[in-house]
Amino acid sequence: MALSPELCKKMYTDMWRIRLFEEEANRQTSLGSVVGALHMYCGEEAVAVGVCSNLRDDDYVLGTHRSHGHCLAKGAESHRMMAELFGKATGTCGGKGGSMHIADFSLNMLGANGIVGAGIAPATGAALASKLRGTDQVSVCFFGDGAAARGTFHEGIGLGALWKLPVVYVCENNQYQQWVPRMNVAVLDSVADMAGSYAIPGVSVDGQNLVEVHEVAGEAVERARKGGGPTLIEARTYRFYGHSLGDEEQYRSSEEVDEMRTNHDPIQTFLLTMMEQDWLTEEEDMEIQNQVKDEIAEAVKFAEESPYPTPDNVTTDVLAPEQSDKSRPGEVAR
Amino acid sequence: MRTLTFSEALREALHEEMERDETIFVIGEDVITHGGPYKVTDGIAERFPERIFETPIAEAGIMGVGVGAAMAGMNPVVEIMYMDFVTCAMDEVVNQAAKMRYMTGGQASVPMVIRLPCGVGRLLAAQHSQIMESWFMHVPGLQVVVPSTPGDAKGLLKTAIRSPDPVLFFEYKRIYTSTGEVPDGDHTIPLGQAKICREGEDATVVAIGPMVQKSLEAAVLLEDDGYDVEVVDARSLSPLDTETICESVSRTGHAVVCGEDSSFAGAASEIAAVIGENCFRDLKGPVVRVGSPHVPMPFSSELVKHVVPEVPDITEAVSRVMM
Repeated sequence: MALSPELCKKMYTDMWRIRLFEEEANRQTSLGSVVGALHMYCGEEAVAVGVCSNLRDDDYVLGTHRSHGHCLAKGAESHRMMAELFGKATGTCGGKGGSMHIADFSLNMLGANGIVGAGIAPATGAALASKLRGTDQVSVCFFGDGAAARGTFHEGIGLGALWKLPVVYVCENNQYQQWVPRMNVAVLDSVADMAGSYAIPGVSVDGQNLVEVHEVAGEAVERARKGGGPTLIEARTYRFYGHSLGDEEQYRSSEEVDEMRTNHDPIQTFLLTMMEQDWLTEEEDMEIQNQVKDEIAEAVKFAEESPYPTPDNVTTDVLAPEQSDKSRPGEVAR
Repeated sequence: MRTLTFSEALREALHEEMERDETIFVIGEDVITHGGPYKVTDGIAERFPERIFETPIAEAGIMGVGVGAAMAGMNPVVEIMYMDFVTCAMDEVVNQAAKMRYMTGGQASVPMVIRLPCGVGRLLAAQHSQIMESWFMHVPGLQVVVPSTPGDAKGLLKTAIRSPDPVLFFEYKRIYTSTGEVPDGDHTIPLGQAKICREGEDATVVAIGPMVQKSLEAAVLLEDDGYDVEVVDARSLSPLDTETICESVSRTGHAVVCGEDSSFAGAASEIAAVIGENCFRDLKGPVVRVGSPHVPMPFSSELVKHVVPEVPDITEAVSRVMM
């Protein structure tokens, strides 16, 4: 998808939506309104936005335990996501999923996932569904560098490559597997180099650079949509926060984090590009930031004012409400 | 009514369902070239070549693909060559397929059937003979179905395929060649319905899988002792038809629960607990389980015959509860 000023503004806005949503969620955690684990995506915004800006509404996305960014970039509503973090009935999952399980099936966002590497084979399966139905929908699976060590990486990508399915595997290599620097526990520096095992293209890209991610992902999505099979993209990125909130971060220096925040912030990098191209004025920048601030403030208000789920919800959604052989949607009766 | 083998009945169910609904596809190891290890998927590749996928040996990948395709609107029928191998895909079954609907607040549906050839067949020892029904009964969001006859195999598989939620479908290997009557037409059996296979007044034997036939044989022998035994085929372990089971036990006042799996923390244990909780005041004796000792399946036939429960184990158990 070619870059237009309109698309750039949309992508810039989406990066701010992710950044401010998460910083607010972080603040709400310190206030006690948001409980449970919160895995911050801040610093990696260009990956989710750069990839999802190439997708249609009906394309599939599967995420990770660090997926607020993937959901927002796919178009999920921040107020329902915030309500989910608050554990409210109006949340995307009615308060049953929380941060690690946000999903929005109306957008074919098939879910964040609390198990590392668990989305890879299901994304391949969603791509198989597109192929069987004869649609040109593409599936995208985001996963971290830790997932590349799992058997599901090998099995899932292996099947996607075998059947030449319309799927893009996006590894967000943020250099740390929970609290362990990646190269303490990995042999290959670049996850993209693993693509050779499956005879599919493997591309490594600067995940802090939105334009580069958008272009590389655009080629991969187009190849998948036209029947050219999967691509493995490694986006080299960085998480500005620790693994999850409360992480003391003894495994990395504050200088390293400062350097990345100061010189490799994807939002500031893209802002400079847009200013250089005259795609954005300072007034427009302020307007966008204020508009996003308002959106997030509204999201918090919505979450605060929403009711908690009632006890009868404990036992619903385990199985479909009607266990009847006539209840399947989309079935052709004979 | 026709007489078919258990595997022919399963094959017929697959063919009919795939004809009826084009979102159904089959995926597994050796399902085309060999027709599966027990030939259940034989002929599907010829009739529905676009909807059968023969995979490399990658159970987690197979199961994960099934979960994703199901969430995206398809109806996969996953074959795990030997149920023991499902342990290589436990995350996909337990953390993904089972929990997806709940975690997403009801948005996700995972209409997937996982076919599991299980139990002792040819002497394949510990890693190709396990049963594990209770492992999956314990996980909310999964359904566990165990047919004991060709007719039920067909009817239950068709219903399992039409279910909007995942079903673990247990196929005891050594009854694949057993024969029985299969109703004509679109024969379906609701999940969660036990079947009273033989009516009796003195004791209830609740049986699972191949133990149903053995219980019926035991019931005939027990007539000589003057015991009129009712035999209930559980058929579906989750959801469990507690109503039929408890009604029968309350009526007879005696209960024996028979499964081929290890009795310890097995499916029979849950059924026994349900009976204990609901029928205590009607019981005239203890609830007894019949099953395997708590050991891995050995290889030697001389050892196996001391593991797999047989008819005398059932008659002995019934006599014991009647004392």
